[in-house]
Amino acid sequence: MIASEVPPIPDPDAPSLATARAQRRADRRWYRQPALMAGIVVLVIVVGMAVLAPVITSYNPNAQDLTSSLLGPSGKHLLGTDQLGRDTFTRLLYGLRLDLRIAFIAVLFPFVLGTVLGTLAGYFGGWVDAIIMRLVDIVVAFPFYVLVIALVFVLGPGERSIYIAITAVGWVAYARIIRGEILVAKRQDYVTAARSGGLSDLRIMSRHLLPNVITQAFIYAMSDIVQDILAIVTLGYLGLGIPPPTADLGSMINDGQNFLSTHWQLTTIPGLVVVVVGLGLSLVGDGLADLLRPGR
Amino acid sequence: MGRTGFVVQRLLLLVPVAVGVTIIVFFMVHLIPGDPAATILGIHATPKAIALLHKQWGLNRPLVSQYWLFIDRLFHGNLGQSLYYGGPVSSLIWSHLPPTLWLLAYAVVLTVLISVPLAVLAASKRDGVRDHVVRAVPLVGLGMPQFWLGFLLIYGFAISLRIFPVSGYGAGFTGHLQSMFLPGLTVAFALTPVVIRSLRASMINVLQAEYIVTARSKGVPPHRLFLRHVLRNAVIPAVTVLAINIGFLIGATVIIEQVFAIPGIGQLMIDSIFQRDFPVVQGVTLVFGVMVVLVNLLADLAYAALDPRVRFDR
Repeated sequence: MIASEVPPIPDPDAPSLATARAQRRADRRWYRQPALMAGIVVLVIVVGMAVLAPVITSYNPNAQDLTSSLLGPSGKHLLGTDQLGRDTFTRLLYGLRLDLRIAFIAVLFPFVLGTVLGTLAGYFGGWVDAIIMRLVDIVVAFPFYVLVIALVFVLGPGERSIYIAITAVGWVAYARIIRGEILVAKRQDYVTAARSGGLSDLRIMSRHLLPNVITQAFIYAMSDIVQDILAIVTLGYLGLGIPPPTADLGSMINDGQNFLSTHWQLTTIPGLVVVVVGLGLSLVGDGLADLLRPGR
Repeated sequence: MGRTGFVVQRLLLLVPVAVGVTIIVFFMVHLIPGDPAATILGIHATPKAIALLHKQWGLNRPLVSQYWLFIDRLFHGNLGQSLYYGGPVSSLIWSHLPPTLWLLAYAVVLTVLISVPLAVLAASKRDGVRDHVVRAVPLVGLGMPQFWLGFLLIYGFAISLRIFPVSGYGAGFTGHLQSMFLPGLTVAFALTPVVIRSLRASMINVLQAEYIVTARSKGVPPHRLFLRHVLRNAVIPAVTVLAINIGFLIGATVIIEQVFAIPGIGQLMIDSIFQRDFPVVQGVTLVFGVMVVLVNLLADLAYAALDPRVRFDR
């Protein structure tokens, strides 16, 4: 679209500029966005169930009872029991609790690392940019899951390895996004003004540029959490995640695989929970993106 | 800069990436806690075997010379010896490669067959019912664990309906085509949300272009308009998105091969992890890296060849 240079002819019937702006702001209020609201509701329910797991269920997620293995759903066991007689509903809640906790922690490290490196690359340019962006090229040369799986393998199983692997692979997206934003932002007048005012590079980056570009990284983080949850569940499924008997949605799906034809709920329900979590996060992410993106 | 210049430039840019990929794969050994040789050998560890591995990888030499040794062996097509299967890693990978390539190609074809019609449906009437339905696909699809989707398909089509085999690679071309349909579909479903999103967005953009208005006013029938005018111009960003996500696609095959018991290099990787067969894991990681780099290069070149508007100068 070619922007018109001619100022529009004022419409006498149009509401005044102030009321129009107020109207627009009201339309943008977060609680007027149905998708965002739906996402928030889903997340509140899911996170609430995970946090309140010990209150909701009285079973121990790891307590085995071989006399009551592979029971169907009943009033006593809402979703039945698994092959070791553990209550599936309880394991579902505790697994969700663990996976959500790991995912929410795991998303922080690549966010910080990628934002810092992306800022440096975009702000300084030259060889700093060249080195950081070549590093990005190298990391993206590996398929996401291949590198995560290989790293978790060499580092040994456990939560720490998951964090390291996700950070090592995940920072590149943030670095790319932030670098691009910084490249545009640093040409703005306020940066020139700050620079001519004699402010240090560090201050310009942290106080002037970063607050203006961080939104994009934040929006990406919302979809990144979904990917992290999937990675954690996938590692659990492959048997490379949190070691048993700790409940984890991925290992639950794997355990249930052998009973797919007789006890389908053991495999399908944990997966469905992952889908619901992902849906909630995506809805919130998209809604926030609409709200936070300037010029809407 | 002409076309040759562009190709040369792309190839030159490949050098640092290729070197970096080998460095990362090389350093995997040094990420192992403790004495890598003892850890890698695990239950197979005898003082003799540890000493042999130390000698083979030059673990007592400085890092740079270890790396040179690694590169030197690489250039001779030597990826080391498998600890579990015995025999060279390279021939193991070579024999497991065809099923993976089959799965990838199948998945790309299915992705195109699913996403193009859906994107056309959505873009043809923006904000209509169909548009909203199609736009909901990525919301659900992106949060879905692929292996879980694989199970659903197995349960539905292989166990209940018995249309497709539960697992395996099948024999012969038609056998592969049938056996690999569900795995291919699973991988394709992981990719379609992203492709639909970008295809829909770029089609809506193209629909607003002046040449479309012109074509419409000349009375070009809608199906012809979409096929000849819109799709052809809108498909290029989607090809780029597909290429960018090829890394993801290749990674997805690792998991899907596991679900459907397909004897590809992804399954080789996971099996080797459980056998603690480090050289094989290292070799497969390298091959996966090389695959992504090559596919991206091909996509870049194809992209330039497809779209006459791509300019070779920067």
